[in-house]
Amino acid sequence: MAEFLLSISAPAWLAYSVAALIQCALLLAVALGSAAISIWLERKVSARIQDRLGPTRVGGRFGWLQPPADGLKLLCKEDIIPAAADGPLFRLAPYISFCTAFCVFLALPFANNWVALRLNVGVFFILAVSGLEVFGVILGGYASGSKWSLYGAMREAAQVVSYEVPMALCVVVPVLIVGSMDLVEIGNHQAGWFWHWHVFHDPFTFATFWIYMTCAVASTNRAPFDLAEAESELVAGFLTEYSGFRWVVFFMAEYPAMFLVSGLASVLFLGGWNGPIPIASLLHLTPAVHPLAGWIGNLLGMCNFIAKGVLGITCMIWLRWTLPRLRIDQVMTTCLKYCVPLASAMLAGVMLWMYLLPGGVWTQAEQLWSPSTVNAATAVRREQAPGPPRPAEKQAHHEPEPMDVVWTR
Amino acid sequence: MPINQVQPEAVEFDVHTDEMLINMGPQHPSTHGVLRLVLRTDGEVVTEVTPHIGYLHRCAEKIGEHLSPRQFLPYTDRLDYLSAMNMNLGWSLTVEKLLGLKVSEKTRHLRVIMAELGRIASHLVAAGCYGLDLGSFTPFTWTFRDREKILNLFEAACGARLTCSYITVGGVTADLPPGWLSQCEQFLTEFAPVVDELHAVLTSNAVFVRRTAGVGVLPAATAIDYGCTGPVLRGCGVAWDLRRDGDPFYTEMYDGYQFEVIAQTEGRYPQDHPYPPVPAAACLGDSWHRFYVRMLEVVESMELVRQAMAKYAAAAGEVDKPIPLKKKLPQGEVYLETEAPKGQMGFMVKSDGSPIPSRVRIRSSSFCNLSVASELCRGVLVADVPAIIGSLDLVLGEIDR
Repeated sequence: MAEFLLSISAPAWLAYSVAALIQCALLLAVALGSAAISIWLERKVSARIQDRLGPTRVGGRFGWLQPPADGLKLLCKEDIIPAAADGPLFRLAPYISFCTAFCVFLALPFANNWVALRLNVGVFFILAVSGLEVFGVILGGYASGSKWSLYGAMREAAQVVSYEVPMALCVVVPVLIVGSMDLVEIGNHQAGWFWHWHVFHDPFTFATFWIYMTCAVASTNRAPFDLAEAESELVAGFLTEYSGFRWVVFFMAEYPAMFLVSGLASVLFLGGWNGPIPIASLLHLTPAVHPLAGWIGNLLGMCNFIAKGVLGITCMIWLRWTLPRLRIDQVMTTCLKYCVPLASAMLAGVMLWMYLLPGGVWTQAEQLWSPSTVNAATAVRREQAPGPPRPAEKQAHHEPEPMDVVWTR
Repeated sequence: MPINQVQPEAVEFDVHTDEMLINMGPQHPSTHGVLRLVLRTDGEVVTEVTPHIGYLHRCAEKIGEHLSPRQFLPYTDRLDYLSAMNMNLGWSLTVEKLLGLKVSEKTRHLRVIMAELGRIASHLVAAGCYGLDLGSFTPFTWTFRDREKILNLFEAACGARLTCSYITVGGVTADLPPGWLSQCEQFLTEFAPVVDELHAVLTSNAVFVRRTAGVGVLPAATAIDYGCTGPVLRGCGVAWDLRRDGDPFYTEMYDGYQFEVIAQTEGRYPQDHPYPPVPAAACLGDSWHRFYVRMLEVVESMELVRQAMAKYAAAAGEVDKPIPLKKKLPQGEVYLETEAPKGQMGFMVKSDGSPIPSRVRIRSSSFCNLSVASELCRGVLVADVPAIIGSLDLVLGEIDR
């Protein structure tokens, strides 16, 4: 985008500002859109689980417009700040949560190279920034001036900070396999049929995926780990004193965070934008054929990616409406006694695997059964896999050309 | 009397922080109405729980001393409003005992049908709300869906869903409408598989077991000391059910019925049922057992309803009509306890010969069951407080009266 503007001789400051604004608008649309869709999905799925219909009136038969209607209603509510609250902090807290939830989308690739900000440390950036979200909750709970809110905040602090450890250990596993922290590269590494996905790479990664999902649910404060809200114990936890728009903003942070952890799971373990069947490459929808073909292929990839993200969200919704809530000590036990040692063991296992059998189960099998018919992509992967992580500059020439100027820097 | 709490997790917290007093209620999602608990907490550990009651006090007993027994009947609906039929039954039987009145066979069986349906409805609310207390929303909607069907049956019988005033002094307000028995049969058929589903999402759910097994352990001796009754007492392994062990004036209502008292005695529950086994973590008298007893009683009550429907259909004659509104009561005093879903519900009526009793007292099961809460909630985590209070299945209507 910026390059395009520069090419039509726009001044540099204008080109980069306009490009940044457009990308921000697109991302905000994605973040809010994912929130709206998740809320609608949550209401419908929970309704079906509970033998209800869910929203049916607003926006036609399926209640499509329910989330905006909810938002509108909440916007119209009275703005209440409790007398005991710390006003400025109370006001600030929801925006901290929302900004961090939104910022992580910067580094999340939606398809091959369709990412607002391609970072060679994308994984690190996402973990670091999404870890900041906890500040909003702690601040909100502390500033509310309510004992229940304080409980919620303290629980959040204990829980989310603890779960970041096993989650980071799980995230390191695909990084180890690919040898890069660049999410685009991690996604492209899983190109091809679904058995190239990291979740099927070897038994250790398969286990890692489930540990990651457990930690992901816990880190987004979803049931059965929703201790910070825990409506039957803490009234509404850190949200007790929040109402109206500020409450909405907290939810605008929660739902994108769900999409984010599902999306991250999809990129790290489930092939990202690579579908179970490599339709794009089978149909020769690659930029090598024609730039437009590559663009269509990427569009397909984005659909894949979003489908996986929505699937992840659906599973989280399913869990939430099925399981009772764990107790705080059980949550901490799950993390520190089970998730951390298991994740560490899996990390060590993957290291060993990569040392002994580079390339994963299926690559080994393919090589064993028909060494002559190994396709080029696999061969490339086998060359890359055992090697040490290369700097991003060196790998640049391996990558396909940027598909779409809008999404690249 | 100190209670040996089986709380290995809770003991691990040996870091002490400032004590904090927290009001749980009267407006709190998990205090089932307007119960107010004052928690003294040390971090997440609750050191003391003090229940404060009286937010729903409506002078029911005093009103009873100004109205004739039939006029007082609608007030009994509002004691345990989740099982109005059983409240009506308790009051009606007490006054009938004072009057020396015996109802016809057909009325007796009709009353059993209603009382046991009321028990199912009450236990369904208890199970659903208990899931809610533990953070599981879905079973709540399932149990309320099926409770609605029972309320539909009540509505078909007497026109009211919640505050029925159906079983009344001397009989029932009206006989069943045509086709009611087949509707009831249909409900029982539809409901039987739902019990299994509830067992799947609650009783045998791993998270549910972790939250309830070994939590709030109530020894049988303590339960008896505090006057706990109903599923709370039977959950401690005491096989005590007034339908079998109560006053003859009450137990003869169940003459000829086959049922067992649901309590774990000699290490097992009475029925050979296909329901989940007792998990290893559960110990007798804990929240899990209290919940389990209710779930089994639902099945027992379904069986009783089936028996009662057959007997009602076979019984000859008409159902009894209520006594006149201002019938004179004989001089005397009567106290009768019945087995309501939440425990023993006792009514005392004293009369000086006028149509209006000179004294009415009510012994409510939830009140005694609540009294043990402060014992149970000592040294537990904050999250255990709803788990324990919920397992006692309290209704503030009958606590505050």
